Amino acid sequence: MERKPPPFPDSEEQEAHSEKAEEESGDDDDDDDDDGGEDIFTGNDLFSEEGSYPGVQEPSVDNQHASNGLRSDDDEQDLFAEARVELSLDRSSTKGIREVTRSSPSAPDISYKSSTSKMSFEKPEEEESNDKFELNIAVTHPEKVGDGMNAYMVYKVSTQTTLPMFKSRAFSVRRRFSDFLGLFEKLSEKHAQNGYIVPLPPEKSVVGMTKVKVGKEDTSSTEFVEKRRAALERYLHRVVSHQNLLQDPDVREFLEKDELPRAVSTQTLSGAGFLKMINKASDAVNKMTIKMNESDNWFEEKLQEVENEEQQLRKLHAVVDALVNHRKDLCGNTAVFAKSMAMLGNSEDNTALSRALSQLAEVEDKMEQLHQEQASNDFFIFAELLADYVRLLGGVRNCFDQRIKTWQRWQDAQSTLQKKREVEAKLLWANKPDKLQQAKDEITEWEAKVTQYERDFERICATVRKEVLRFEKEKSNDFKVHIIKYLESLLVSQQRLIKYWEAFLPEAKAIS
Amino acid sequence: MNRSGKTADTMEGSGLTISASSIKVNEATLDEDTLVFSITSQKLSNGMGVCVCRTYEDFEWLQQSLFAPDEPDLHGVIFPPLPAKLIMSPQSQINNKTLKQLGFLALGDCCRTYCEALELYLQQVALHPILSKNKALETLLTNTESPGKQRAKKGIFNRLSQVMEEKRKESHKDVDDFFQNERDNNSNMTALTKVTTERFLDVVLAEQRLSVASKHLSSSIQLWVNQEDSANAAFSKICLKTSKVFETIKRNFEKTAENNISTLGLGLDLQSRYQEAEKEMLFRRTCKLVELEAANKNTERAKANKKGIMEEVRNVLEKQFDGMSSMARQEVGRFHQSRVALLRTALVSWCEQQLNTATEIAALYSEHLEACQKLPEE
Repeated sequence: MERKPPPFPDSEEQEAHSEKAEEESGDDDDDDDDDGGEDIFTGNDLFSEEGSYPGVQEPSVDNQHASNGLRSDDDEQDLFAEARVELSLDRSSTKGIREVTRSSPSAPDISYKSSTSKMSFEKPEEEESNDKFELNIAVTHPEKVGDGMNAYMVYKVSTQTTLPMFKSRAFSVRRRFSDFLGLFEKLSEKHAQNGYIVPLPPEKSVVGMTKVKVGKEDTSSTEFVEKRRAALERYLHRVVSHQNLLQDPDVREFLEKDELPRAVSTQTLSGAGFLKMINKASDAVNKMTIKMNESDNWFEEKLQEVENEEQQLRKLHAVVDALVNHRKDLCGNTAVFAKSMAMLGNSEDNTALSRALSQLAEVEDKMEQLHQEQASNDFFIFAELLADYVRLLGGVRNCFDQRIKTWQRWQDAQSTLQKKREVEAKLLWANKPDKLQQAKDEITEWEAKVTQYERDFERICATVRKEVLRFEKEKSNDFKVHIIKYLESLLVSQQRLIKYWEAFLPEAKAIS
Repeated sequence: MNRSGKTADTMEGSGLTISASSIKVNEATLDEDTLVFSITSQKLSNGMGVCVCRTYEDFEWLQQSLFAPDEPDLHGVIFPPLPAKLIMSPQSQINNKTLKQLGFLALGDCCRTYCEALELYLQQVALHPILSKNKALETLLTNTESPGKQRAKKGIFNRLSQVMEEKRKESHKDVDDFFQNERDNNSNMTALTKVTTERFLDVVLAEQRLSVASKHLSSSIQLWVNQEDSANAAFSKICLKTSKVFETIKRNFEKTAENNISTLGLGLDLQSRYQEAEKEMLFRRTCKLVELEAANKNTERAKANKKGIMEEVRNVLEKQFDGMSSMARQEVGRFHQSRVALLRTALVSWCEQQLNTATEIAALYSEHLEACQKLPEE
């Protein structure tokens, strides 16, 4: 792969090589079409945990060899911290979302929703240099490719950036849904086991995609595509706003490379599948936790908080969903009422009254529009925000589980070492010099592992702490940005409503 | 019939000692399972207040007393429509049957809308040039004892038009273009108004549901924040703000629905019922016409000895019909004037109230927005 020299040449290339090796191993198989043939349970249920998920590699003790390369990644972390370009997250996510323009899900033409997001990577004020780098990513132009059940949607992913690690300043690629899932899988493989919170992509949906494939051109499939497009965009924003993930060459490749090799195990990979995996892993981990002696309550408490929050957000999501539906009802009723009023106005003999009634019908029509837009805002601003965070919290939980696994690995190594030492002692007693040497070698080997795993554990503790703090900050800002956006839209709506009433009043007064 | 009642209050020789515009149906209280309405009014002469308590049966008695069968001209009057009886369930909840029957009148706090409808009814009767002279109104408004115990005569309010064999008379062709037009228009408008009113009711019900859902969301968020012991103070603050925002959204829907009910809802409902009343009157006249035409035929066919009697019968009917028609003509003119005025009032106050609410809510949203923007960034 050709690359422009990235900002940190030595470490970067080393990392690149090891990761490259990993990638190639996974991409050979052929996978079928994107969403077809997957588990039938996912459907539209946001948090269905029924997805089958056999192929995921749980980052485990077996990956020791692969992790060699990754460890160097961890070493790089320290270098990153001293980097001249500090990728600060607060303003980025703020701006990123503020400038996204939403479109009504009922709009028939969705071929080029332009939702751009600006992300400026600025330095926090304490730092000395004033470098600012920009990264804007947009996911637009959903297009259907192919026919029938083999069809799939392709999205245009456009990037504008001043970051030197990219080959050019503005470029775009076409990606399909499974490509996004593939990106997630790669990132998750590499980073989750180090305690990083890897953002989750949107859910697969058989029902939604089938409608699109079959060619149904109704509002529900339009809505579905728009919902997915927006979710994919938010997903990418979250990925690049994480400084470690942005540096991952897979991310760069995803944004830049013209043709990506088809992602394989995403056939059954989905947000729901991932959640299921997390839950399975959690169960296994729960058995371990009992043994783990926490010197610091922080982790236990935090995990509890995270679990509670996840439950709460699910509940809230259901409530917001109900709100969205009621608003749609209001829309429908308003439209029907407006029609009746128009007919009444037409039949009215008294001229002034007739005109006023017809005006009224128009006002009601405009109000229906407002309701429609508001329903869309309710949905995209709130419901999807809550849904995203439920998924993200699942990712956070996974972090904690990874930490415990790491601890377990260290403990297991220690007990293995102990056993080796006992073997050595026995051999010494039995006086078998040839086997003794082997025993000594093994002890050395395991001593090194114990040291390594202990370091790993300490490192992951530190990472998890940092990640959780970063996540909390980001969450606060995210929610703040969204509530502001929501209020702004409410205010705009309200002001338009005031204008309509002001315009109608003289008509009503003119009746005689 | 106009509500402001500026000049129509005092009627020379009207016999009604009460000022029409002062009539108020203040509130309804539940006495066991009967609704009791408190009605206040003022004497024209000295402005002294009168207060009485009446039940629905008293109103029914009034309505039936207004009609005198031996006054044929009265048949041409469009009688102010009395709302149907409101049945309150013990928990004072609106059930679907009541909603279907009364529509907008079933909504609103503590039967407020229903009381207003009754109030309008009394005012309409008091303002009617002929009906206001009926002693029954005075009795209802001022007597210490409630009059409803007397079993009223059956009168004309048997909904003749609902009797099947009478129905075909409805389409009987008229001899007078004015009335034929009026009947056709009325038929059309009655149907349209009814449908429009029902659809407006659906809108209001949806608004009420949204109000409840918003409140639910607001409370859920608040409950969560109160329970959670999170170290993330910034996040808690944002959630609380969000909760307040949804509280305002709930207020918006609540007030909008209230405004809808008390102005346009009530107005449309009254229009609908008044149009039905006009329909009744026109139908009575049409029936009389059918009778008259039958009498004419009988007269023509009658043998010489019977002819005289037939003629007399026919003449009586003719006189009745003519008297009724001229009254009807007046009433129709009056009806159109007042219905336009009523609707105008409803539309203007609807618009003004909604405008007020919208402005108030916009100010609240602004406040919230400012507060949220002031929240420190992490």
